[in-house]
Amino acid sequence: MTDQSTPTPETGDPGASHGDSTFTPAFDHPLSPKERMTIDRSHMPEQDALLRAANFREVNLGYSQQLAMLEAERCLQCKNPVCIDGCPVRVNIPLFIERLRVGDMDGAAASLLDDNALPCVTGRVCPQEIQCEGRCVRAKKGASVAIGALERFVADWAMEHPDRPKAAAVTSSGRSVAIVGSGPAGLTAAGELVKKGHDVTVFEAFHAAGGVLIYGIPEFRLPKDIVQQEVDRLVASGVKIETNAIIGRTYTLRELRERFDAVFLAVGAGLPVFMNVPGENYKGVYSANEYLTRVNLMGAWNAESDTPVLRGHRVVVVGGGNVAIDSVRTAKRLGADEATLVYRRGMAELPARVEEVHHAEQEGIHFELQVAPLEVIGDENRWVSGIRSIRMELGEPDASGRRRPIPIEGSEFVIDCDMVVVAIGTRSNPLLTASEPDLALNQAGYIVTDEHGMSSLPGVFAGGDIVRGAATVILAMGDGKRAAGSVDAWLRGEYPPVDETLVAASSAAGN
Amino acid sequence: MHTVIDRAQLSPNVTRLVIEAPRIAEIRKPGQFVIVHRAPGAERIPLTIADADPDRGTITLVIQAVGKSTEDLVALQPGDAIADVAGPLGKATDLIDHGRAVCVGGGVGTAVVYPIALGLAARGVEVISVIGGRSKEWVIFEDELRRAGEVITCTDDGSYGRPGFVTDALRDVIEAGGVDAVYAVGPVPMMRAVAEVTRPYGVPTFASLNAIMLDGTGMCGGCRVAVGGKTLYACVDGPEFDAHQVDFRQLADRLGTYRDFEAHATELAHRRRAAAQEEAPLHAPEGSCLIPGLAATAERQEAAAAAGDRRE
Repeated sequence: MTDQSTPTPETGDPGASHGDSTFTPAFDHPLSPKERMTIDRSHMPEQDALLRAANFREVNLGYSQQLAMLEAERCLQCKNPVCIDGCPVRVNIPLFIERLRVGDMDGAAASLLDDNALPCVTGRVCPQEIQCEGRCVRAKKGASVAIGALERFVADWAMEHPDRPKAAAVTSSGRSVAIVGSGPAGLTAAGELVKKGHDVTVFEAFHAAGGVLIYGIPEFRLPKDIVQQEVDRLVASGVKIETNAIIGRTYTLRELRERFDAVFLAVGAGLPVFMNVPGENYKGVYSANEYLTRVNLMGAWNAESDTPVLRGHRVVVVGGGNVAIDSVRTAKRLGADEATLVYRRGMAELPARVEEVHHAEQEGIHFELQVAPLEVIGDENRWVSGIRSIRMELGEPDASGRRRPIPIEGSEFVIDCDMVVVAIGTRSNPLLTASEPDLALNQAGYIVTDEHGMSSLPGVFAGGDIVRGAATVILAMGDGKRAAGSVDAWLRGEYPPVDETLVAASSAAGN
Repeated sequence: MHTVIDRAQLSPNVTRLVIEAPRIAEIRKPGQFVIVHRAPGAERIPLTIADADPDRGTITLVIQAVGKSTEDLVALQPGDAIADVAGPLGKATDLIDHGRAVCVGGGVGTAVVYPIALGLAARGVEVISVIGGRSKEWVIFEDELRRAGEVITCTDDGSYGRPGFVTDALRDVIEAGGVDAVYAVGPVPMMRAVAEVTRPYGVPTFASLNAIMLDGTGMCGGCRVAVGGKTLYACVDGPEFDAHQVDFRQLADRLGTYRDFEAHATELAHRRRAAAQEEAPLHAPEGSCLIPGLAATAERQEAAAAAGDRRE
């Protein structure tokens, strides 16, 4: 059961010392639902705001064992666990929390890893408030169970104990799959497919695997060694990764189809969208993609890196999503005296994860809301010196359900700044798709698939941002997991697959 | 890993590295480039593929040492390895298939124009190469280019070949008539001057742009260039564009984004190297490297000294 020398009792007295695969429950008797309802949500410990605004270390410190065991007691173990319906990869949330609650760490980790290939990542970056935690019945009366924090706790425990739980040995299927892109969709699909015995090779254009997890999401929100460990775990399970391989350049999709029995395209929506306003090519204007890649993938925040990045004193970031918040908090950490987020709608409409907005406010990020840029102004040397903007009022809700911003006449003003980061979205990259004329695309250049994720080319599947447009890590992972089921069915000659949502729902109900 | 097979010093600051990259050697086309990432912590640097040998599985890179990153790269010796080489990237050169073409190369750009000249010659196009350098020792790839056709060599100081700039020689060739296309690769001022020479004659002219880039796949947008009033990406829409449409001023401008940073990094690297050899104190007067002018001067002096060392 354990390779530790410390003996591990089957059951334990509260407060006693144990081997680290079995924890002691927070209470010495099972709690009634009424008693559970009296426990308040445990706050996630975090670095002090002043301190962290000047470093790149992770903001959230993670639950201690005690906090985790206490928080686990708050789960009511609903007969109909709606939290699972809120999860794009359908993690069996009550199961791993119950195993954690009774102190069975091996069991909790095994259950979580079985459902989710990258739990250390999702425990940190998922917008839980609109997914699992948003569905949690406890949210109706007070605070939801801190599912994300518990997931992170169990996942980090599993990472520190790589020998357990033992993955069941798989027999080779004799089939091979090429996965294009090593972001969340590609890595999730790789993990699922290798578990089913397929020979999986992931192709990555950059020199390191992880996609947006390493070039996009900053160190202070998702440490890169965590991502590397997730990648290492996949490699240890048999996934092969070929870096520096650009499909559409180094290899063609046609070659991959000849070499492999199936292909999964998960290349993301990689092209930056610019504002299309005058002055956008002045020195000091970055796309968020470039800015974050320099800082994160290339390590420009670290003095030992050879890759340069501009360190603006007054930085304006345009946009309101997670990428915009990541950029503006990065600028602050790189020494900006003023780091300002410019967003054309209001605080309520910010699409970013709530916790990140909250953290940004604590760190002294300035918000210019209901403001839209009109022009980037440059100095005599064509360096950015300001951004001419206009104030907006919010009208009726538009097609997206959010209130439409309308310019207020005569409200133009200039925000002085020496650096601008444009974080208003991304679009599809035609590098791969244009090289294969038979691959059906929609008008925006995204790959068209059937309901099981197969493209117009037999045996070629697609998922993540290159199908749905720019979205979240967890939605891409959900696509990766679903596509893996379809690819597996295709390889076994049983395509189209049985609807796995129904399968997952019935198995969840059975627990 | 990509092992360095061969290394040669071509001019005071230009080095040729032949490296193992079998896949790229097999499929690359004239005009395409690779992104080289020497080691963890190093920059990703775009370099045009000057030549390739599919049988040996090697590609040739010709590198001008202009700062810390390129100096680290050219310091590699046969047997050393480069961690990552990604490519081939960019569109292949739009080669004309008959008639007469002029290939203009300045400095390290001469190596970049070489595969284009060979590609043209292979299609039966008559190739005249016009290449130049400050003085004789800065002229590279002259013998190689002779394989594609006639070569006119120019030096600014008249120490070799025809005295003057490549643009003067180019104008004479165009005046003589029959030129169907011009391909220019070199420093931005040279390419801009070439575009101005050919514009009145209406000769189609292509320039290969060496913009700043990270990924080379269109993802960072750092290499955006204004061509005919539209913003395009040098990495995926180029690297070659209609030289008559390119906003060279903006290109030169954007290339200067990290000038101060590079000067600091280079100065620091030189001091560290000197300190390691116990030839100079580690610490310069406090604050000196924060003054760009000073740093640039120091860089020039250091570069000149380093170039002098290599010539021995």
